[in-house]
Amino acid sequence: MDTGSPRDTGPGASQGTIGAAGGEPVWIALPPGLLKMRRLLLVVWLGLITLAAGLLPGLLAGPAWAAFALPPLALLAWGWVMTERNWRSWRYAERADDLLISRGVLWREETVVPYGRMQLVEVTSGPVERHFGLASVQLHTAAAATDATIPGLDPAEAERLRDRLTELGEARSAGL
Amino acid sequence: MTAPGAAEAPEVAAEVTERRLHPVTPLRRAWAPVAVVIGWAVHDPDGAQRHLTRLTTATLLIGLAVIVPAAALYGFCSWWFTHFAVTESELRIRTGLVFRRTAHIRLERIQAVDVTQPLLARVAGVSKLKLDVIGTDKKDELAFLGADEARALRAELLARAAGFAPETAHEVGEAPARQLLRVPPGVLALSLVLTGATWVSLAAALVVPPVLWLATHSLWTVLAVALPLLGAAGASSVGRFVAEYDWTLAESPDGLRIDHGLLDRSHETVPPGRVQTVRIVEPLLWRRRGWVRVELDVAGSSNSVLVPVAPREIAEDVVARVLPGVSVPGPAALSPAPRSARWCVPLWWRGYGLAVTDAVFASRSGLLRRSLALVPHAKVQSVRRMQGPWERARGVADVCVDTGANKTVRARLRDAAEARELLAAQAERSRTGRRDARPDRWMA
Repeated sequence: MDTGSPRDTGPGASQGTIGAAGGEPVWIALPPGLLKMRRLLLVVWLGLITLAAGLLPGLLAGPAWAAFALPPLALLAWGWVMTERNWRSWRYAERADDLLISRGVLWREETVVPYGRMQLVEVTSGPVERHFGLASVQLHTAAAATDATIPGLDPAEAERLRDRLTELGEARSAGL
Repeated sequence: MTAPGAAEAPEVAAEVTERRLHPVTPLRRAWAPVAVVIGWAVHDPDGAQRHLTRLTTATLLIGLAVIVPAAALYGFCSWWFTHFAVTESELRIRTGLVFRRTAHIRLERIQAVDVTQPLLARVAGVSKLKLDVIGTDKKDELAFLGADEARALRAELLARAAGFAPETAHEVGEAPARQLLRVPPGVLALSLVLTGATWVSLAAALVVPPVLWLATHSLWTVLAVALPLLGAAGASSVGRFVAEYDWTLAESPDGLRIDHGLLDRSHETVPPGRVQTVRIVEPLLWRRRGWVRVELDVAGSSNSVLVPVAPREIAEDVVARVLPGVSVPGPAALSPAPRSARWCVPLWWRGYGLAVTDAVFASRSGLLRRSLALVPHAKVQSVRRMQGPWERARGVADVCVDTGANKTVRARLRDAAEARELLAAQAERSRTGRRDARPDRWMA
């Protein structure tokens, strides 16, 4: 009922998110929390590997062998850039009758799920995600191939999206 | 805390008559101890022989005296504690002695009904009945029922699922069927002879074991390789012939009836509006004769063949009946992949084609073995557009259409701009295509 009212929760949801029917979809990007989390995880894991690869041969076999730390370091730098590109590529749009999700840098994928085909909407949040205040929304249709997940949302936005999708799905419900 | 509530539940439905399976059912599991013994013997042949020589008649008799009653008791208990009942809206199967399990299968969600008769069951005059509903598994079949009882139950279930009033559902009886097609055994045999896969598996079974023998001179290696190869060769030639023998397709108000089998008979009924995808497959060697094979996808069903072999015109007629209002687009109606796609999939790019009509999304693939997949717009669950780096460089993209039978139909290598338009248009069509679809209860 209140789908048209302005929402004050979530930074990304400040503008009206209901795309005009037939018009260009209003794309919403992911909040920066996901990028922060992924980068931190990247730095922690690759940092540990770099340290191990540098220190162990360096101390045991001589300082020249510490060069083994370079490949993980390069991977870290590459991953740092790539995580941002990947994060930027994720976006979604709620249109009058369907949900659009677009993602991928090299392998691009754009998914359209009509609201009437949704069987189940799931909000999940793991321990790390919870620590960063993130939640992901996953849509299931009768087709298992439908891979419609929106990761790294603000929990309030994730819940709003879930409620709205459920409401729209009920109104337009159609089974197999 | 929930115990009183749970205890009351059966009371409410007490007027529903519960039935048991056919009394021959306990014998179904009679071979299980035998299979265990054989499995152990195969697993450890030396040990088995040692034990066999040590066995005396007395121990053998004692063993039999323990195993046979135990197996009989198990069979009897599993039969005694399995009940089923047809209620107004569902089929309820209650089973289990220690671990209770009750399956409630909603009748309007039926995707297909299978009545199968394995060879021994035919001798005993019994059959299995299985409802294909998404999420059901092997445990949810009714095995075994008397052959006549199974047919009566199928008719009743279909009548209830169709929306007849529960009181009249018994009397409706079997819906009259009109035969659409019957595959003659000669044509089926010839079609298998003309299938490449049959020859490849036969050749592999004949060539690989001798070569292996020359290379290793180890009997066990050769046997371990030869047996699966022979099995595969048998399954793809004789096995297919036996399974697809006397393939009969009929049409009734309850939907399609598919009957087939030489030794094991099976009868499948697919109610109207349950078919998610139809594929028309044309192997290379069948092309001269104008034969095709038609496959179908029904959610939750294991059978995927609609017509094993038939002339193209008849097959297209059948497809038009299975998917009402659909005409199979001819080769001229399919728009080919753009020339720029030739570097993405060399040679085979010529096989790809796409046609979108008011009723279906039709995508063709394959160069030698052509396959045309048809998805009615109403069955599309979601649409995806995918583009890899290589495809982006050539300005093409793929469009995938996901259906409820967990199958994805891919229209490969479309022009990028066309794919973008297709994505939007297909989502719109799949939404509106639902409006004139028939209701789940097809007679209501």
